Amino acid sequence: MSDGDGAGGGNSSEGHTAENVPDRFDRLPATANERVVAGRPSRAAVLEWFEERFGVGPAVFEGYSLWERGAGKIWVLAAAAEPEPDAVDVEALGMTVLRTRQEHWKPTMAGVQRFGGHATRNVLELDRQQARRFLAGEEQELGWDGDWGYLIVAHEIAGEPEPLGVGLYTYGTLRSQVPKGRRREL
Amino acid sequence: MDVLGRYEPLVEDIDAFRAACGRPLPSVVRVNTLRTSVERASAALEEAGLAPEPTDWHPGLLRLSGQPGANWPYAHGWLHGQEEVSAVPARVLDPQPGEVVWDATAAPGSKTTQLAALMGDEGRVVATDNNIGRVAALRSNTERLGVTNTAVTTEDARNHSLKPFAHGAYDRALVDAPCSCEGTVRKNPDALAEWTFEHVEGVAAVQKGVLRRAVQATREGGTVVYSTCTFAPEENEAVVDHVLGEEDCRPVEVDLPLSHTNGVTGWQDETYDERLTRAARIYPHHNDTGGFFCVKLEVTG
Repeated sequence: MSDGDGAGGGNSSEGHTAENVPDRFDRLPATANERVVAGRPSRAAVLEWFEERFGVGPAVFEGYSLWERGAGKIWVLAAAAEPEPDAVDVEALGMTVLRTRQEHWKPTMAGVQRFGGHATRNVLELDRQQARRFLAGEEQELGWDGDWGYLIVAHEIAGEPEPLGVGLYTYGTLRSQVPKGRRREL
Repeated sequence: MDVLGRYEPLVEDIDAFRAACGRPLPSVVRVNTLRTSVERASAALEEAGLAPEPTDWHPGLLRLSGQPGANWPYAHGWLHGQEEVSAVPARVLDPQPGEVVWDATAAPGSKTTQLAALMGDEGRVVATDNNIGRVAALRSNTERLGVTNTAVTTEDARNHSLKPFAHGAYDRALVDAPCSCEGTVRKNPDALAEWTFEHVEGVAAVQKGVLRRAVQATREGGTVVYSTCTFAPEENEAVVDHVLGEEDCRPVEVDLPLSHTNGVTGWQDETYDERLTRAARIYPHHNDTGGFFCVKLEVTG
């Protein structure tokens, strides 16, 4: 069995508490019906969101399992020959891709750089000067005909567009969501 | 104290050795092949005016004309700044996609992320460090480079526990041990100013414990690589010699495409296992890099 198929039903097995344990990684339940922890998104809901919001199909996440650690922070882990237990007490398990604690779910910069190349919608491509301002953490006025909310921001590098990070677009303004530690003045 | 002078009996061309130790290091990056191709990263570095020059022994390891951390390919997670010689141990370990690998002393993650890349991000890397601040740096590097096959644990590697995980013994383990860092003098001149023999002795005891745990946690027929960035035989051959006496393992030949000399079988009043000639000592004047020690062990029990 691939780890990515998610032994989500296992969440109802013994030894699991019904509350989110902030310092532990818990495998997402496969569907909402198998949910034990209130408010925890299911794997199905996460995959559906990526497809609806960005056109990133569920096949992209085949071979990966999804985990929650900290309220609403979703991590993605590559499959191993032996699937990990449904609860893993470690410092990190793969990388973060999504935050689900607010009303509007927000992908991470790392997640967008890693998986955003598969996106077919809600990708805003900037020119070099706009990309500079974005990477520096600034907000800027610009036109955009698509959905408001969290967008994948891309720009061209070495001849092809490449996802760079996450921007929040509302009322003609793009707000950079680049984390402080990754901002640069280029 | 003249720390480098200690190694006059070991180093053939002591003047070239001292001269190289006094020069600054070239700026080097490793292309993160999980995210882009070497060709595309090189093109982006050309665009940034950094004149990338490939090294002749490791694909995607590029020497630059300027600093590696402030350019577009870096912002995209395509690059990791990594001293050339620090790319050696992961190559010697040679992990394969799908294997289970332990990086016993992992922070800040240069080798961890290199291992993941060599494995095509498949299988599992467990990256351990005991220092919470350094683990934060490790975490930010796995995140920035988009590594998904790695779990991070904060613990003393000497007591590493497999309990959180599904896997049993590891296929391979890397012990790139904390050390007195004499070989990093080109990057950090203070490395020698702060040198004391007491520190060498203390850190050697830790090195022995970590290497023993790595051999224990690796399956029979598996591989353990031990490396340091220091010249002191007390932290290199002596550590391995000790572990050869305590655990089931043997040194094997290393096919290393960089100039080096063999490990030593004696130092001051000590003698070491004859098979330690299979270890590699890289001095700064050999390849215009930092200094390094590396040995490959096969687990036999």
